[in-house]
Parts: sequence; structure tokens; C-alpha cells
Amino acid sequence: MVIEQISVFVENKQGALSEVLEVLAEGKIDLRAISIADTSDFGILRMIVPDPDKTLALLKAKGITASKTEVTGCKLPDEPGALYRVLKTLEGISVEYIYAFLTRRDEDAYVIIRVEDNERAQEVLRAAGHTIIGSEDVYSL
Amino acid sequence: MNAYWNPEIETMSRDALTTLQDRRLRTALNHAYTNCKPYRAKMEAAGILPGDINGVEDLWKLPMTHKSDLRDSYPYGMFAVPMGDVVRIHASSGTTGKQTVVGYTAQDIAVWGECMARCLTMAGATKDDIVHVSYGYGLFTGGLGGHIGGETIGAATIPASTGNTKRQLQMFSDFGSTVLLCTPSYAMHLGDAVLEEGIRDQLKLRIGLFGAEPWTEEMRGEIESRLGVRAHDIYGLSEVMGPGVSCDCPERKGLHVMEDHFLVEIVDPHTGKPLPDGVPGELVFTCVTKEALPLIRYNTRDICTIDRSPCACGRNLTRMGKITGRTDDMLIIRGVNVFPSQVESVLLGVAGVAPYYRLVVDRINNLDALEIQVEMTEGLFSDEERRIESTVRRIEKDVLSMLGISAKITLVSHGTIERFEGKAKRVLDRRTP
Repeated sequence: MVIEQISVFVENKQGALSEVLEVLAEGKIDLRAISIADTSDFGILRMIVPDPDKTLALLKAKGITASKTEVTGCKLPDEPGALYRVLKTLEGISVEYIYAFLTRRDEDAYVIIRVEDNERAQEVLRAAGHTIIGSEDVYSL
Repeated sequence: MNAYWNPEIETMSRDALTTLQDRRLRTALNHAYTNCKPYRAKMEAAGILPGDINGVEDLWKLPMTHKSDLRDSYPYGMFAVPMGDVVRIHASSGTTGKQTVVGYTAQDIAVWGECMARCLTMAGATKDDIVHVSYGYGLFTGGLGGHIGGETIGAATIPASTGNTKRQLQMFSDFGSTVLLCTPSYAMHLGDAVLEEGIRDQLKLRIGLFGAEPWTEEMRGEIESRLGVRAHDIYGLSEVMGPGVSCDCPERKGLHVMEDHFLVEIVDPHTGKPLPDGVPGELVFTCVTKEALPLIRYNTRDICTIDRSPCACGRNLTRMGKITGRTDDMLIIRGVNVFPSQVESVLLGVAGVAPYYRLVVDRINNLDALEIQVEMTEGLFSDEERRIESTVRRIEKDVLSMLGISAKITLVSHGTIERFEGKAKRVLDRRTP
């Protein structure tokens, strides 16, 4: 059970992020979650959207470099220490990045985790009693 | 006051000089024809034999030589002496990554020393000077070329090489350097550092010979005021010899070419025909005394003018003006020849990278800076920044090893680089010429 994330290249220049967001706005893409990785030389916009394939096609049609990546979603109580417990569970598994988001729908928090091997990470998380969420769960939030 | 290293040659009448050139040219052509296959093939293809050339007035009949000829014969194909007679190898970057390799016999090195000695003397240096050479020592001809000049005039010569500006300043004040040789941009950089440290009063620098890259009269003024030197322009290229092919005298109205060794012509870039004095065109050299690597009508692709009138300094040697541009796409960055095609071959060697790139050359803190803008592609893109960064590092490393100079790689959005009739506009040079 994975979530498809869209990652977009953002050049390090003024207005570059706006250009991407403008395309998404025109396409009426509802952003469920976003995260921006920022290096000194470029940025990567990562986002969870209801229709990843449509979003990807839309971006590519505008000449924007983007890709689809499978990530793991995990639901956790919105309380201190919750994220720590998730990461503690994943000890020994290399986590590339994580980002979290909240919804209006429920009291819980959600975290997106990027690992090399989703299956293994999810096994470990489940074994420790964490709730894994999939595309349907997150898109309907 | 005008001093000459070799007054007989430097003040020789034009007639006597022409006679000397005619004789040397005939010898040089025989040598090239007999001992260097590519020249023989070129002359035969043009239907010319060395005997058809009586002297300088027939020079235009000979086929031209280009950098590509040297590249095609990499590394030693145009050497005209046995390797046992070669005592030195230098090299500069070529268009495709293969270097242009040049060789010298002991006699060639002696000529180099003689020419450099004339330049230093022309600029006012004597054996009592302390000559500080801040050109890079290595395959680049600047360092060892400057060095042999200093030693030939009998001056204490410091092989400082380039870089480590703090140490350079330390040597200026501790060693009492009086003559500085380096690229003009490095001279500016050193000048800024001197101002910053506030040590201008401790310096004994009085003369500078700067070359290996084009510079302006404005820059000359800036360097002079920063370092307290009288700045001279010195020209050369490894194919011909290295620094010392020409240099400006105290009159500073052009650079005197060492014409007893190097014949100079200006030709029309389109027709290849010689142009009258004062008309800008491509600068072409013929080496009439070179042993290891004969050079017949070598087209430098540099654009300038020549002036054969006598100079107030007493020399009758032809003067060339400042280089105002090039007729190919070669860039000179920090004294290093850079062709966009070299960058292209590096990029094509990295998986996922498209050949859409642009070279942006700028002068930052008086040092040339090269930025290579590379378009992001799907093959290069990743959702993980470290993967992209590792590709960027890889490109930087490959560029450094290919060009010999470092470049900053900037990733730009797909479609940013202008496509110009299918070919991208590859260079943006922001430096003033």
C-alpha cells in the first residue's frame, strides 16, 4: 500500500515556484500536502494530490520536469512524541525525507515517509502497531 | 630610456630584417616539407613546393594551418625532429578534449628565453630585478615561459606560480619582488588584495608584464594604480611558442612581434587573403626558426590589426594591436582555452543530461568565473536532492578534469536555454573585452 507523490524541479530563481503553482492552480489541482526541499542551488517541490497521473501530465505539458514516486503514508495521533515513535520504529532503515500534514477531517496527523523499500518499512511500522494509509485514504481526505 | 636586449635585431632596418626573414623562411619550409608529413601533404595538395617560395612576399601562397591540424596529429604527429631531440612538452586545451601538444628542442627553448628576455628588457627589467612569476607552472606555457625570461636576463626569478594570494603578498614584501608576470585578471585580484591588506607602501613592484588573456586599457590603469607598476601587455600562444611572441614597449602603441622568429600576417577571415596594415582580420603566424614543431601560416583565430611603421622606441619590429575578439567560439578563461564543445562532450558523458547548456563567463572580484547552466531533464531529475547533487558534483569534476578550470554548475528549468535554429546559443560572456 503506497501513496504516489509528485515531485517537481524548481529552479533557483525568483518566481520559479510561482510558475509551477500557477500551472497547478489553472489545472484546479487540489493539494493535499506539500513539502519543499531547498538546496542552495535548486529546489524540489513534493506534493500529494488526488489525481497524480493527471497532475503529472499537466506539468509535463507545460515543459516542467516532474516525476512520480511511491512513498509510505502513516497515520499517527496528533500528540507530542508521535513522530518520534514512528522514526524510532524505523531505526536501521534509511529515511530519505519525511513531511507531515494535518487535515480538517479528523484529529490525526499524517506523515509521508520516503524510503528505498516501502514494503519493508511498512511491515516494520505495522508490526509496531502503526497505521499505514494508502492512496485512497489520503486522496479522500 | 629605451633598453634593448638584442639591439641588432630589434633596431634592424626593415630591408635587412626582410632579407633575414626570407632566408629563414626558405629553411623553415624545407624543414617542414622534409621532416613533417602533414606539411608535405598540405603543400602537395596545394601544388606548392618549398622552392616556389622565395621569401616573405610569397607567404600568402602557402596553405594555412589550424588548431585542428595539431589536434588531428595528436600528440606528436607534427613534430619534425626525433623525440630524442625534444627537451620539453607543453599542452593546451583543444576543441574536443584532446589537448594541443607542443614540443621544443633545446634550441627552441633558447629562442624562447631570448624572446622573453627582449620582452622583459623592453618593459625595463634588468638583471638586478627580482622577477616574480605568478603564471601557473605546468603544461600551460605561462609559468615556465616567464621563468626562462627572468633567468635569461640574469634576474633572480621566483617561481611563485598562481594561487594562494596571501602567500603571494607575503613574497612580494619579504622577497622584494620588483617585476610581476601573471594574467591581467590575476594582477587585478592581487592588486585588490594589496589594497585590502594596506601593504602597498611595503611593495617594491615597479614593472608588470601581463598576458594570456585579452584586457583593456582601463584595466591597465586599474592594475597600475593598485600595484604601483608600469603594466605591459605580453602576447603568446603555445602553438607558436608561449609568452614572448610580442610585447609592448614603453611607447605602448602596440606589441612588437619578434619578427626574426615569427612572421606575422593579418588575413581576411572569409577569403584568407592578406589584408593591408590597419585593417582588422585574423592573426596568422609563421615560425621561421622552430625546430621541434614547425608552424606555417598558423591561424590563431585572434582578431587584431598590425602596424609596420617604425616605432618611437627605435624598434622596427611590426606592432600588433590588442586582440579584439576571435573568429571561433573559443573562450579564454583564467588564461585557459575553453571551447563550448568540450563542455558538451562532458555533459554527453553523464547519463540523463541533455546537450542543452550555456556557458556564462563573468569577472567576479576581478577573477574570471565560469558558470555552466545545464537544463534539468527527466533522466537527471529525482525526488531526492542528494541524487541530483551527486550528478552535479560529477559534472563539476569531469569539467575540471577536461578543462583544467573549475566551473559552477547551475541547473535550470527545461526549455530555458534558447534553441537557435536547432543549436543552442552556448555562450554568454559578461566580461568586458
